[in-house]
Amino acid sequence: MPKPEILDPQGQAVAGALVRLGVDGVADVRQGKHFELEVDDSVDDETLHRIAGQLLANPVIEDWVVTRA
Amino acid sequence: MKIGVITFPGTLDDVDALRAVRYSGADPVELWHADHDLRGVDAVVVPGGFSYGDYLRAGAIASIAPIMTEVVAAARGGMPVLGICNGFQILCEAGLLPGALVRNAGLHFVCRDQRLRVDNAATAWTGDLAEGQEILVPLKSGEGRFVADAPTLERLEGEGRVVFRYAGGNPNGALSDIAGIASENGRVVGLMPHPEHAIDTLTGPSVDGLALFTSVLKATAAA
Repeated sequence: MPKPEILDPQGQAVAGALVRLGVDGVADVRQGKHFELEVDDSVDDETLHRIAGQLLANPVIEDWVVTRA
Repeated sequence: MKIGVITFPGTLDDVDALRAVRYSGADPVELWHADHDLRGVDAVVVPGGFSYGDYLRAGAIASIAPIMTEVVAAARGGMPVLGICNGFQILCEAGLLPGALVRNAGLHFVCRDQRLRVDNAATAWTGDLAEGQEILVPLKSGEGRFVADAPTLERLEGEGRVVFRYAGGNPNGALSDIAGIASENGRVVGLMPHPEHAIDTLTGPSVDGLALFTSVLKATAAA
């Protein structure tokens, strides 16, 4: 997800579209990315965090969370 | 003097960058993204376009291409590197320059001739320009808004590493009107506008852009 201090014009455009659809009460929309990785048992959490921090996310502008399903 | 220009899948402006190198009087050398070989060049231009289709984030995949591991190592050793547009995004993703480039405020792709103010004429790529001088070069980008956290921005400003600033209005919402920045040692420069499109009045709005390519000849000769 873009960090809170990063302006997200795409999210703002979605928020504007919701108003035009007649949906009330949505104060803010932020747009991010979601990746699903199929991994072997040998891939530990540390590796997943490294993947997220080195490639999937840009730590300069994005925060991320890693969850296992 | 040999100056390399990298081509990634999806690069658009490598031909113009090669031509700009030739106009400057240097020998242009084509570099391929999948090679681990800089072919003995003295400087590298990372040109604009949509490398790898801008998948993941603009410049993200290109930043870890085989040729970029060589460019990063050479840049850390002092080789001049210029990143233009997508090339600037790649250098930021590769960690050679701080900050990031994100979607333009207002969402529109901006394509226009843009005035820039030169704020640092001491980098390897701006020695033939004068501080305070205004130049006119094309700007064409949808993700050109420079962002960085407050300490980084303060450092860039404090160390005089903002090289180019948008003049006559901010086209994309970039922080502090920043159009281009330099590395700590002034050898690596990235900017969103396209100096390689402004080297001949037949096709460009000016010939102001050629100065970046002639500047580096003196910088590499002096080093």
